[in-house]
Amino acid sequence: MSKDRIEEFEEGIEDTQKGKFLTFSLGKESYGISIEFVTEIIGILSITEVPQVPEYIRGIVNLRGKIIPVMDMRLRFRKAFREYNERTCIIVIDILGNSVGLIVDSVAEVTAIPEEDIVVPPMTHSGSSNKYIMGIGKVGHDVKLLLDCQKLIDKEEIDNFELTI
Amino acid sequence: MNDYVNEPMLEMYIFETSQLLEQLEQAIMECEKSNVYPQEAVNEIFRLMHSIKGSSAMMLFNEVSTLAHTVEDLFYFLREQKPKIVDCAKLSDLVLESIDFVKVEIEKIKGRDEADGKATLLIDKLKDFLLLLKSQNDCEGSLERPKTNKNQQYYIAVEKKSDMLSENKYKATIFFEEDCKMENIRAYTIIHRLAEISEEIFYTPQDICENEDSSADIREKGFQILMKTNQPYEKVYEFLMQTIFLKELILIQLEDNQEFESSYTAQRTNIENSADKIPYTEQKQDKNQSSKEVYNQGNQAMISVNVNKLDKLMDLVGEMVIAESMVTKNPEIQHLELENFQKAARQLHKITAELQDMVMSIRMVPLSTTFLKMHRIMRDMCKKLGKEVRLEVVGEETEVDKNIIERISDPLMHLIRNAIDHGIEDKEERGQRGKDKIGTIVLEAKNQGNDVLVIIKDDGRGLNKSKIIQKARENGLLEKSETDMTDKEIYSLILLPGFSTKENITEFSGRGVGMDVVTKNLEKVGGSVAVESTEDVGTIITLKIPLTLAIIDGMNIKVGDSRYTIPIVAIKESFRCQDESYFTDPDDNEMIMVRGQCYPILRLHKYHQVKTKIKKISEGILIMVEQNEKVICLFADALLGQQQVVVKALPNYIKNIKNINGIAGCTLLGDGSISLILDVGGFMDSQRL
Repeated sequence: MSKDRIEEFEEGIEDTQKGKFLTFSLGKESYGISIEFVTEIIGILSITEVPQVPEYIRGIVNLRGKIIPVMDMRLRFRKAFREYNERTCIIVIDILGNSVGLIVDSVAEVTAIPEEDIVVPPMTHSGSSNKYIMGIGKVGHDVKLLLDCQKLIDKEEIDNFELTI
Repeated sequence: MNDYVNEPMLEMYIFETSQLLEQLEQAIMECEKSNVYPQEAVNEIFRLMHSIKGSSAMMLFNEVSTLAHTVEDLFYFLREQKPKIVDCAKLSDLVLESIDFVKVEIEKIKGRDEADGKATLLIDKLKDFLLLLKSQNDCEGSLERPKTNKNQQYYIAVEKKSDMLSENKYKATIFFEEDCKMENIRAYTIIHRLAEISEEIFYTPQDICENEDSSADIREKGFQILMKTNQPYEKVYEFLMQTIFLKELILIQLEDNQEFESSYTAQRTNIENSADKIPYTEQKQDKNQSSKEVYNQGNQAMISVNVNKLDKLMDLVGEMVIAESMVTKNPEIQHLELENFQKAARQLHKITAELQDMVMSIRMVPLSTTFLKMHRIMRDMCKKLGKEVRLEVVGEETEVDKNIIERISDPLMHLIRNAIDHGIEDKEERGQRGKDKIGTIVLEAKNQGNDVLVIIKDDGRGLNKSKIIQKARENGLLEKSETDMTDKEIYSLILLPGFSTKENITEFSGRGVGMDVVTKNLEKVGGSVAVESTEDVGTIITLKIPLTLAIIDGMNIKVGDSRYTIPIVAIKESFRCQDESYFTDPDDNEMIMVRGQCYPILRLHKYHQVKTKIKKISEGILIMVEQNEKVICLFADALLGQQQVVVKALPNYIKNIKNINGIAGCTLLGDGSISLILDVGGFMDSQRL
């Protein structure tokens, strides 16, 4: 097979993933993450607590022999903790080989949001509160807060988080 | 320069070449022992060098390839002329030196550095040696390696050979940029790449691989290629245009077969099974086939597998074991009478257990390769120091986990060097003492329970107790009065950092680092070092290494809802405590008195902030753990039982956030839940005991 054809093929995959977002809800808000980072969605598993880590990291879970950390998105965004129920999901994302589970209230659907429907989040007074949001997508009458996955697991961000606590 | 070389190929190259080098080293060490180079060995070395040359040229590591070529020349001479007078020692030295050079280059490549070593000096030495051999053995003229006697070399890509007849024939003439150097190698690369898209290729000059002078030809007349392919003109043109350092390309589509056929009327040899084999070796190899087969029989049943795949396999089997217990111990069937089911479940259990053992055993590697390396070190040292030492190897088939092997190789090297440098006496001294002039070092490996013992025994002068004590005193390493010390304690002094009895620093040892590095390295893998010695009789150093890092014997304990695992080796005892033996000091540190000794208590639930109902010392259990001769009592809710556990690292993400003190990793328990493995050493650090 020629190189060109392979490249075309790969581009094709990227194309189908581009502009598609997995949407989930946290309380009243609806969020979206680009599906290229998502590896799977699972129900809540039994979580083993790990000491000495920030509160929003609930611990580690056993995903078919692979041990991955899970992060409660409610706590991450400083919302009140809610007990997990049958709607609670773990979205497993993979960023640069690091798998991390995100605990969310519930997963909605995969939607395509064209680029022209995504607007840059406005600056707020504090200036930094939107750092995890890379854009705001409009779907019909709803808005989806689109998350920047990279920033979510960035070490620096974590340090800042701990400082502000 | 190598940025267009794709990664998997480079990886393969490094892997292959390292293996070839290892084989080469072995072959040479064997020859040196017997001080003759038998015909099979010469053939073997020739073949190995040839492979190294070929692959290095492919990857454009030219210095390595030229060096290998020179060595190959040397062995070609040995093979063809069978000279009578050969200075074996010199020959071995030269070849080993060449191997070392290639090793260094490979290390550079591994570290993603430019392989920029210059082998010119070494190549000159090799050439001189070859000349010397020639003059000594009095053979003239016929020494030149015959230039390839085929008129044309051509390649046929296997998969394309039979099923299509290509209609398009092209003639291409390629000129490289003036100062690009090594035109022949570049031409070879083109041919190699072309082989993928074309059925037949002929080219002039033909001897691009063997003859470096062909570069000049290419520079002058250009590199001419004739080929048959079913690709259209544009494709071929485009393909050739990708060549680096290309200055000019003339591509002509030929109308008929005439020119094509005229160019290979002479001989036609099919090289069917390999695209990059060069005909003249092919011929020779046939001749040697039978002897080589005998030579290689030992390696035939081996395949090499990526360790990551093995790790994955181990994970999967671990999961399967858990899944099995989830099925057979499922609460929904617990109260049913299922005779057949139980039978089948037992069978399943047996098979999974066997499977698990098998997977574990795959990761085990015999120590023999590590031991073989020691031969080489010994040889080099004996030469330099003028000592004669015999190395006896016992039990090299003993198997150890792959990870551990990698980490004990350095300590072993230190110990062997020490033994030769410090232990074994000079020949004269040995004679005076009535010992055999040739010193002996015994390298022995054996299993003992869950550990492997590696014993290094020399018959040298042994350790001098008074010297050790004196030295230790000078360096302020003595902790108690010397009269109170047992022999064992005195000998252990040499394991401390900054201790070296040798006054003079030699090339090999005596920098005062050796022994404490040995201890450190071994402690890292959970092993230990013991020294025994008798003056004038010799020294015995015993390394105790765990069989594997991946599995440990652990004690599972419970604290609140969390479960932890403590390595059994660290546990001294566990006990319930009566209220009266436990007390608190004014700083609120809890202590306990056991048999007249006082130990601090560390409450796990406090340390790891776990909620638990059991907070009274007398309700829970105390586990006394020891590491580096420091003892501490851990307080937990209850013991759950002993189990062999597979150690897994915590996810990187968590490790990046915080280096958690007191947790060494995690493991999966039989029911699929996760247990954290406690790092006893970590507690000690955090307590600053």
